[in-house]
Amino acid sequence: MRASKPCIAVAIATLCPALMFAGTISGKVTYTGTPVKQKPISMAKEPSCDKQHPTPITTETVVTGANNTLENVVVYISAGGDDANAPAQAVTFTQKGCQYVPHVIALHTGQELHVVNGDQTSHNIHPMPKANPEWNKSQPPGSPAIVQKFDNPEFISVKCQIHPWMHGWFAVLKTNHVSITGDGGGFSLPNLPPGKYTVTAWHEDYGTQTQDVTITGNETKSIDFSFKAKAY
Amino acid sequence: MNNLKRVQFFSAIGSFVLAAGFTAAHAQDAPDVGPHPPEPAKHMESHVGGLTGHSQDAKMDYRRYCAGCHGDLGDGNGENAQWLDPKPRDFTMATFKCRSTLTGTLPTDEDLFNTIGRGLTNSNMPIWNTFTKQQRADLVAYIKTFSPRWEKEKNGEPIKVPAEPPVTIDSIAHGKALFTKLECWKCHGPQGKGDGPSAATLTDSKDQPIRPYNFAAGADDSRFKCGSTNQDIYKIFMTGVDGTPMPSFADTIQPNDAWDLVHFLRTLQVHRHGKENDVLKAAGGKIPAYVEKTSQAPATPSVNGAAGGGK
Repeated sequence: MRASKPCIAVAIATLCPALMFAGTISGKVTYTGTPVKQKPISMAKEPSCDKQHPTPITTETVVTGANNTLENVVVYISAGGDDANAPAQAVTFTQKGCQYVPHVIALHTGQELHVVNGDQTSHNIHPMPKANPEWNKSQPPGSPAIVQKFDNPEFISVKCQIHPWMHGWFAVLKTNHVSITGDGGGFSLPNLPPGKYTVTAWHEDYGTQTQDVTITGNETKSIDFSFKAKAY
Repeated sequence: MNNLKRVQFFSAIGSFVLAAGFTAAHAQDAPDVGPHPPEPAKHMESHVGGLTGHSQDAKMDYRRYCAGCHGDLGDGNGENAQWLDPKPRDFTMATFKCRSTLTGTLPTDEDLFNTIGRGLTNSNMPIWNTFTKQQRADLVAYIKTFSPRWEKEKNGEPIKVPAEPPVTIDSIAHGKALFTKLECWKCHGPQGKGDGPSAATLTDSKDQPIRPYNFAAGADDSRFKCGSTNQDIYKIFMTGVDGTPMPSFADTIQPNDAWDLVHFLRTLQVHRHGKENDVLKAAGGKIPAYVEKTSQAPATPSVNGAAGGGK
């Protein structure tokens, strides 16, 4: 009986090593200090969007949660991971209520991006890349999705100039191991084979931080990131 | 002992000074990499009509006429750049305003050739009609050495501009409806004066403030950046003006609708003498409200009818 268990384990490990040794890196992103106050947005000039926001919204440069947690942080494996291909499914970026939903999306290089207009007004989608060709397209209400892709990794600022308060980000990465913090600031990077990894956390205003993590087997390593809030 | 140390010290300083002097003297013999542009690592060609431009032949012209603003490295940071508004084009991004090609694609060689010859109104880029065509073609090839995109990508395909239909008061009225529906007025203003609600917030892709085009100013077409024919205006909103807030409408406007919009935009040039303003004058000077043609026959609602889009 005693001897049989390791045998089975070895057999399974040989057959499906990915399942056996799938490590996870998870944790939380927080900030210290006092973040700058977000500016209120007036959509009075765009009534069809204005009425979708009974409580006025603000800019989303820094979005925080309870206990100093930080949202919209892109946490990803920047070194040590497999250079897997782009997933077949597209990532959707929606314009709703004259806001970008979500504020930040992550894409693999070459992965399809679908930009959808869910509003009763025209938008122009204008990503401003440095390492990819720049484009700028109009999208009236009811138009089909704009389908695009980016071949080079970078963080791309995207704007609508018809509604100048609209601002979002495309995080174009060379990895599929990525997690964007939401309410609570948590992230999780599962399915990591044993190895040495560099984990990078990127925030649009606070910059980047990295940590090295080694995964030895079927384990969950916990790391946290803490950004210093900018006062201006 | 002390003297010996002092001698050693001064001889060390002496040899250092000598060495530095030698290095400086030697540097004068070395290839000049100072204020002049480095030799492009690659040679590029351009093809304009029957002409072939060669980048190596444009080196002196670029240095003499272009580098002052566009910079030795083509990054738009020439010594005059700090005084200029709008800023000189940064060729390292290969993003160009005046194209006949779709947004996000490279312009044709001819697009760049025409821009050099036309100059860019409302900027410090003059009309370089003093160059021969061969010089211009060579400069186009030279500009292509600044971005690796010119080696990786092909020139974009020029968009097709169908023959212009006749100007009618209906086409002007429909153009006006599109101007409203497509939110052109949000930047360009309801009368095309460049004073729409979003106008004051606009910046280009390098965060420099930029004004939307004011159609109503001036009496002629000379202020259009990318050419002044009706075909040029058609191209502007189909290709977009890359690097600026002006988007492409190629995916959203049908060719006939686009021509209607051109006809309406011409009427915004209130001081211009042209066929569009003549038609408008003949119709009493007022643009009638546009009535969607599909909505006039609602006898049997059908899916096909609803998708007609007006024309």
